[in-house]
Amino acid sequence: MEALQIYQRLRVRFGERVLETIEKKPDPFVVIDPASLVEICRYLREDPELAMDCLSNETGVDYKDYIGLVYHLFSYSHRHGAVLKIKLPREEPRVATVENIWKSANWMEREIFDLLGVNFEGHSDMRRILMPEDWLGYPLRKDFVEPQEYHGISTVRESPIVRLDQLKKDQHKKT
Amino acid sequence: MTSTAEPSLRTEEMTLNMGPQHPSTHGVLRFVIRADGEVMREAVPDVGYLHRSIEKIAEKVGYHGFMPYTDRVDYVCAMFTNQGWGMACERLAGIQVPRRGEYCRVISTEFNRIASHLLTVGLMGMDIGAMTPFLHALREREMINDLIEELCGARLTFNYMRIGGVAWDLPPGWREKALDYLDHLDPILAEYNALFSYNKICIQRLANVAPISAADAINYNLVGPNLRACGVKWDVRKDLPYSVYPDFEFDVPVGRGEWGTIGDSMDRYMMRIYEMKESAKILRQALTRMPDGPVLAKVVRNFRPPAGECQVRVESARGDQGWYVVSDGSGYPWRVHVRTGSFAAMGIIQKLSRGLMIADLVVLIASLDVIAPEIDR
Repeated sequence: MEALQIYQRLRVRFGERVLETIEKKPDPFVVIDPASLVEICRYLREDPELAMDCLSNETGVDYKDYIGLVYHLFSYSHRHGAVLKIKLPREEPRVATVENIWKSANWMEREIFDLLGVNFEGHSDMRRILMPEDWLGYPLRKDFVEPQEYHGISTVRESPIVRLDQLKKDQHKKT
Repeated sequence: MTSTAEPSLRTEEMTLNMGPQHPSTHGVLRFVIRADGEVMREAVPDVGYLHRSIEKIAEKVGYHGFMPYTDRVDYVCAMFTNQGWGMACERLAGIQVPRRGEYCRVISTEFNRIASHLLTVGLMGMDIGAMTPFLHALREREMINDLIEELCGARLTFNYMRIGGVAWDLPPGWREKALDYLDHLDPILAEYNALFSYNKICIQRLANVAPISAADAINYNLVGPNLRACGVKWDVRKDLPYSVYPDFEFDVPVGRGEWGTIGDSMDRYMMRIYEMKESAKILRQALTRMPDGPVLAKVVRNFRPPAGECQVRVESARGDQGWYVVSDGSGYPWRVHVRTGSFAAMGIIQKLSRGLMIADLVVLIASLDVIAPEIDR
């Protein structure tokens, strides 16, 4: 089934809760209501004509005025895929986990939590995965400022080129 | 174990730390193991030691500038990450790669696949305590490294591809050398099988260890050889064809449980041997049928794809690699995400470890072909 046909089915089944369909090339996608994410995902997985048995990719994007989550679904039995999106507020974004539908979501949601600060309700193991446990802030947010040091280890290194330039300037001033 | 022990003998659960520096963990990664004697209750992976924030770097260096960084996502098969990034950008901007360029891509990636699988096969030997197969495998891998060095000047982090094609055409005389190498490889693979794969110790050590069912593999999003070992016939090159793969004839080997259960470590190991043969088949066809023409499309230096987003999937040596790129129309990508095979493979280890021997955890990691930098990016 083509992606657009799948989105049409979703619109028929869920009506208002499918917020918009973007038919833009190369990858058309559908934006859904975060509150009914689990219900729609379960339908996509369990409907025999859709049978999305694999969550191929789940990731987040910071769009500055909101956080977007993207779900790339795929069906090995029917060889078709779909792209779902939800929009979350930047302040304390939270959404239900889809871990109980696809196990692969466990680690991918941990990564989103780690790098973008989205809380997944009902997740079995919501810990940081890539960054150290005591890290402050969410690095993939657009307003993230890298700390100057971490446990006394400097994260910046003086550039030798800048230093040489400065030396030259100083010498020039003297002469 | 406790049932056979004397009632007065007190046993308790042991917590064991494996890694981050452990010779068999293929990079820097750590497991916290709860074990009852030699049998694990659970092994909880702890990753992130090799996190280099490659996705964040992409947002700062621009489209062309990111190409060398993609090598570092998976340095064992860097051609595929090059290709994934190139294809994502081309798809966003609607660029057509010249046919000879696509052939160069297929040739370089398939050689890289053989090199990567040789390393996996060798490491499998080393992880279960046999040093010789490792040295034999590395000997053949060195020859591929030499070939690729002649092609692009680097042996590991290639930076060979560009958005719109590849950087250089094949050097004069390279084609003949490559064909010679393929003739050399076939008997060598038979030798590996005789020496190691069909060795009784190897089979007893790998067969029936940590089998994965097809449903679990799909649920945990296993990809590539790990998925095919579970009996799922799925190869991105065949099923969602990209580049010039429709031109070539090759088979997709799947696990049949020849030595034990379907989807056990032996099946996963043998997948790599079979795939090397298929890659050699593709290479022979590609090297003999190569068309003439340019290898690089004209792409402006100030590359600004139109606003939009796309995902591309590449069949790398560690399986289906998904590149998700969001462009806002500027010269810098808004967001880049790469979903790699090792990341998914690590996710399933905690489940598989329950009831496994500690020594078999090493076999499991090696058979899943986990590469630490690819998990952490």
